[in-house]
Amino acid sequence: MAAEEVHHVALTLRDHLPVLQILIPFCAAPLVVLFGSRTLAWPMAFAASGLAFLCSIYLLMQVIDGGFISYHLGGWAPPLGIEYRVDAANAFVVFLISGIATVVLPFARASVNEEIPQKNHTLFYACFLLCLTGLLGMVITGDAFNVFVFLEISSLSTYVLVSQGSFTDKRALSAAYDYLILGTIGATFFVIGLGFLYMATGTLNMADLAGRIALLEDNRTVQAAFAFIVVGIGLKVAMFPLHLWLPNAYVYAPSAVTAFLAATATKAAVYVLLRFMFSVFQPDFVFGSLAITWIIGPLAVLAMFIASFVAVFQNNFKRMLAYSSIAQIGYMLLGIAILNVNGLTATMVHLFNHGITKAALFMAVGAIILRTGTTFYDRIAGMGRVMPLTGAAVVVGGLSLIGVPGTAGFISKWVLVQAALDNGWWWMALAIMLSSLLAVVYVWRVVEALYLQAPSDDVVHKEAPLSMLVPLWIMAGACIWFGFDTDITLGAARTAAEGLLAGSAGMAEISTAAAQAAH
Amino acid sequence: MEFFLGHMNYWLFIVLMMTGLYIVVARGNLVKKIVGLNVFQVSVFMLYISIGKVTGGTAPIFPTDLQGHIEIDPDIVYSNPLPHVLILTAIVVGIATTSLGLALVVRIREEYGSIEEQDILDIDAAAAREENRQHGDAMGGRA
Repeated sequence: MAAEEVHHVALTLRDHLPVLQILIPFCAAPLVVLFGSRTLAWPMAFAASGLAFLCSIYLLMQVIDGGFISYHLGGWAPPLGIEYRVDAANAFVVFLISGIATVVLPFARASVNEEIPQKNHTLFYACFLLCLTGLLGMVITGDAFNVFVFLEISSLSTYVLVSQGSFTDKRALSAAYDYLILGTIGATFFVIGLGFLYMATGTLNMADLAGRIALLEDNRTVQAAFAFIVVGIGLKVAMFPLHLWLPNAYVYAPSAVTAFLAATATKAAVYVLLRFMFSVFQPDFVFGSLAITWIIGPLAVLAMFIASFVAVFQNNFKRMLAYSSIAQIGYMLLGIAILNVNGLTATMVHLFNHGITKAALFMAVGAIILRTGTTFYDRIAGMGRVMPLTGAAVVVGGLSLIGVPGTAGFISKWVLVQAALDNGWWWMALAIMLSSLLAVVYVWRVVEALYLQAPSDDVVHKEAPLSMLVPLWIMAGACIWFGFDTDITLGAARTAAEGLLAGSAGMAEISTAAAQAAH
Repeated sequence: MEFFLGHMNYWLFIVLMMTGLYIVVARGNLVKKIVGLNVFQVSVFMLYISIGKVTGGTAPIFPTDLQGHIEIDPDIVYSNPLPHVLILTAIVVGIATTSLGLALVVRIREEYGSIEEQDILDIDAAAAREENRQHGDAMGGRA
């Protein structure tokens, strides 16, 4: 009898998984504040993100072979009601985001204790959960305006999280302010684009939008909407000339925040960009692929070279990684610009692999900061010998950043090169290799500082605490694991890419079928 | 002429939007930048509200009699309420952004002793120069 009841509850819960994914961290955030207890804040945050991670695993398993789950919020059917639509593409990104949050939180405990005054801890974890909610929401929702709302939830909490770095360096405040101004301009551009879309189509549901845009072939309003949305989200992605907020925000934010944001925030934005470009606008149908290939492609290549080049000449490990992030986002955008199944697969898989790589590296940065206070190369000299496990994790992460075989980074670059060759762009494949050489240089500079110099005397000579090493090595291990076992990453990415390239037609069919059923 | 008058709401939207963006870019005072950001956001609210207007349409409220029965008159044209609802959300977001921005300005004033962008850039640049002197040269700065 009891077993039956449990079974029944589990069934209904499973039906509600798409919304629980968002609601769990969303409800946990105010609860953390209401309880107001510093000792309870961290366990509650960890429990919430752990539960969200479990939800995301369930969701990913249901959709990894194609197909999708459509959840009607409050029982209102789309296109009038808000719909959460889970398919391989967003289940994969949700899995990444909630996974990173769950791994970063245990790491955050020691790091936050060190870098943020105790009176702010409760609110810090509440903000962290809100940021997680926003990122998950903007990925999972199937309603265009909902994306904006969740985007702003995540952005506003991100500004707060970045500004918390002001207790170690006051420049965190001006970095957070810059980010606020640019982020708000980006989000407002996005809303203007949505307004134009609504003017042209009278709907906000993404599947419905796709169907209706397909009918309006050469509509100027839709083209303006496309431009506004790409620029708006481009700011959030840190697409090359719109990346100015990123280096300072990453450098001056607390270590745990940087590890979380670098691995998730830009990735969620890349996903939204993909979703709008391919599912909503269907580039080959409405605009021809020229705009995407000839605007985004060259910018992506510029990002790969210029940002990598700037990263080589840094004197600070954390800032070097921030510039390397801009370069790596270039690879993801290049996958979009190549515009074939392999290219999109490379974008999706690099989104994931770069997420885990940067999480590992920024956590290593946090562990080093705990011992040395800063990450300038002359201050971290020899720390690889003092902190062998942290140093080894930096090496693994660095190799993955370069794309050495046997690491996750290799898989994504391999697929990207394949995609370039599919289009017959051998020079593009060459450019990918050359920019990887720059990565060799900037990673080598860190490794050289960590291992080939003598440690200075005025730093703490001690390995990082276990609470940091375990999450760090989970991520570093993942970098190696996903370099060999590519079933999950490549499988999900390929399903996602095929869904994105063909799924817009599928989405349109579904919405017309729904419209016919409604009549 | 018809083209200008017929699209009056869009012209106003563009003027307001550009005014706002110009203030954000051209003013050095951090509070004024926030004001510019506000003007920019409000221009988008105007755009949304004006596209909800239906020619000859009235407020989208169904008339009820004293018992609360709704009498639907098919001859009455209603404006589209959806953009208004959307913009209520966007207004809330705008207020949150403004208050957070102002809170940041307060903290910046406490730490830097100024709310002029140029002063803050100077202080940041001096700090970066000091770091480079201690730890070796670096490239980039804000670029």
